[in-house]
Amino acid sequence: MSQRIPVTELAADFRSRATTALADDQLRTNFRTAMDSLIKKRADAFPDEQEREGLRELGNRIKARALSRLPDLLEQLEAKLTENGVTVHWAETVEQANRIVHGIIEARNGRQVVKGKSMVSEEMEMNDYLARRDIECLESDMGEYIVQLDGEKPSHIIMPAIHKNARQVSRLFSEKLDEPATDDVNELIQTGRRTLRRKFMEADVGVSGVNFAIAETGTLLLVENEGNGRMSTTVPPVHIAVTGIEKVVQNLRDVVPLLSLLTRSALGQPITTYVNLISGPRKPEELDGPEEVHLVLLDNGRSGAFADAQMRQTLNCIRCGACMNHCPVYTRVGGHTYGEVYPGPIGKIITPHMAGLNQVPDHPGASSLCGACGEVCPVKIPIPQLLQRLRQENVRNPAEPQVVKGGGSKYSRTERMIWQGWQLLNTRPALYGLFLRAATRLRRLTPKNAGPWTRNHSAPVPARRSLHELADAHLRQRGDQ
Amino acid sequence: MNELFYDAAPNATRVAPDRPKPRQYPDKPAEVVLFGTCVVDLFFPEAGMDAIRLLEWEGIRVHFPREQSCCGQPAWTSGYRDQAKAVARAQLEVLDRSGFPVVVPSGSCAGMLRHHYRELFADEPDTLARVNALAERTFELTEFLLRVCKVRLADQGQPRRVALHTSCSARREMDTHLHARELLGQLDNVERVDHDHESECCGFGGTFSVRMPEVSGAMVMDKTRALMDSGAVEMVTADGGCLLNINGSLEKQQQAFRGRHLASFLWERVNTRARKGAV
Repeated sequence: MSQRIPVTELAADFRSRATTALADDQLRTNFRTAMDSLIKKRADAFPDEQEREGLRELGNRIKARALSRLPDLLEQLEAKLTENGVTVHWAETVEQANRIVHGIIEARNGRQVVKGKSMVSEEMEMNDYLARRDIECLESDMGEYIVQLDGEKPSHIIMPAIHKNARQVSRLFSEKLDEPATDDVNELIQTGRRTLRRKFMEADVGVSGVNFAIAETGTLLLVENEGNGRMSTTVPPVHIAVTGIEKVVQNLRDVVPLLSLLTRSALGQPITTYVNLISGPRKPEELDGPEEVHLVLLDNGRSGAFADAQMRQTLNCIRCGACMNHCPVYTRVGGHTYGEVYPGPIGKIITPHMAGLNQVPDHPGASSLCGACGEVCPVKIPIPQLLQRLRQENVRNPAEPQVVKGGGSKYSRTERMIWQGWQLLNTRPALYGLFLRAATRLRRLTPKNAGPWTRNHSAPVPARRSLHELADAHLRQRGDQ
Repeated sequence: MNELFYDAAPNATRVAPDRPKPRQYPDKPAEVVLFGTCVVDLFFPEAGMDAIRLLEWEGIRVHFPREQSCCGQPAWTSGYRDQAKAVARAQLEVLDRSGFPVVVPSGSCAGMLRHHYRELFADEPDTLARVNALAERTFELTEFLLRVCKVRLADQGQPRRVALHTSCSARREMDTHLHARELLGQLDNVERVDHDHESECCGFGGTFSVRMPEVSGAMVMDKTRALMDSGAVEMVTADGGCLLNINGSLEKQQQAFRGRHLASFLWERVNTRARKGAV
């Protein structure tokens, strides 16, 4: 089964993909409806503004504290997990992580893998990697299952198939699974469930992500609503958890507010249906659980973000998706337009460290900096500030050393000269005055076609007299100037 | 693996800076400086004049230093920090000359002066002290009228139904989104109606509107539709950028519906002579 996302192959750049998405009325309705509903759910989950703000502040501080001690916490986590019987693996790149996962599966002669929802496994393109080695890796999260069936990639980090409505899923199921067409969501879920139940029993290895890795107790915490996470982590004889190094927190006490922030910000839930705390493989006296548990800790550029005091804040992210739910750009263009694993505002600020800013040069600019993302972020990542920072990195002279991987790819001598001219105009009052005079006196000469602006607007005709002139005359009359 | 981290900044425990909320407001000053903003200067000068008239109506002596130009925001949001800084420094010099409170008839430019100058000059401790002082005495027009002047507006106009568009900067950077509402609420004959997705961005975002015209265009299309469907006869806003975007789009769509700067709207409501066009 092809795992490639078809949409990225349509167009190479964000703008072209966005243009295609904007013309798709069905897609826009699907996203708008879904995002509106999520915005409302989140708002309802935080009825008390003061409590919400206090909790966000706390969440921010907990993550900042954890990050300030990241190396120590990771070592503590490794020691504690090892003590609990979990094997810990370190991977600097996705290639290394995939090799580790493949090695574990090979050691058991595994051929079938069932996977709970994990964005890090998407980052690794694990399904692809294993498929090329004749290992079937089946997604067990309903949304992930749907996108996998259609050969797509997730369009949202917590609701992977949110770009499809029930009718589209029904069509997919009847095409791929020979199921009778139905728009009934429950029936569709039952269809998926029947297929997946069998797979859970057959699988040699279960793979999952991790929401929080707790250093003090060596516990892997995983939240989910469908039970597939628990099935994937307990039914197959081997469980491999994959996660980014930024998921480590100090202790269980820290998890309580973070968990509350996560579930309320994501789906407006006070708590998820399942909260799994995984502390090791099956013990001799226990009846169920995997015989082996592994944790793969992936860097993939995160240490690069960590090294920059400002960009380090991206590692606060607990992957709730609230920023994309509230983003006016994401709502209109959908997740696939971003062409990367992590879409939306958070994707824009974490992808540069993973892929290089030159791989996503249009992302920082694809924002009106409206601030809706930063306003809802449960751990207070100043997303607009970081987007602004990435815009600076984008236009840095390529001859200079780059601070962010792949910086400087938007450098343009012409554009720099335009801004130099703009600077001159706005720092020389006489010149600025002359400009105002010319622009107002020659207002009728304003071109009807002013490039991209006049695609959406009438030509911007200056006023007859500038405020400088009007105010001057007014104050002179008053005898001031 | 761990050695990767030991070279990294060990003391970075920074958290997002907290803005003091709610802001403490001073007593009404005798004199202020109006920072007109470049968009108002060139495209909506009457709004700037009406802001001056409203302030003078309140008994305040308004200064308009000729050396002022742009706050620097276009370069700042485009990633051209050095150019933004040079322009910001020029404004700082101008605004520091009198030291009077600065009133800005635009939420985003006020946000630039009040919040982003601090980021620009973070590496210059001496300048930063002046920047912080400027931030403290910078006010967006509606918050200044309401919280500092404590205006009581006596409505002289006919019944009118309006929609209010609040800029994202006013809403999220300046925390002034309720002030325009409250000012409109003081007007007995004005009914303010909500519009769909009211808190959503109009799609302007400075250079975003020309770098991503498709996305920006979709946003302003939705915004103008929502405004026209609200039942209002006109839109008012206290931000020049949004006004340029929304009115430009409405004109392109050949709609009769228009937006107006809140300063002009308020001045017209409280001043009978303004309604007759006598001022």
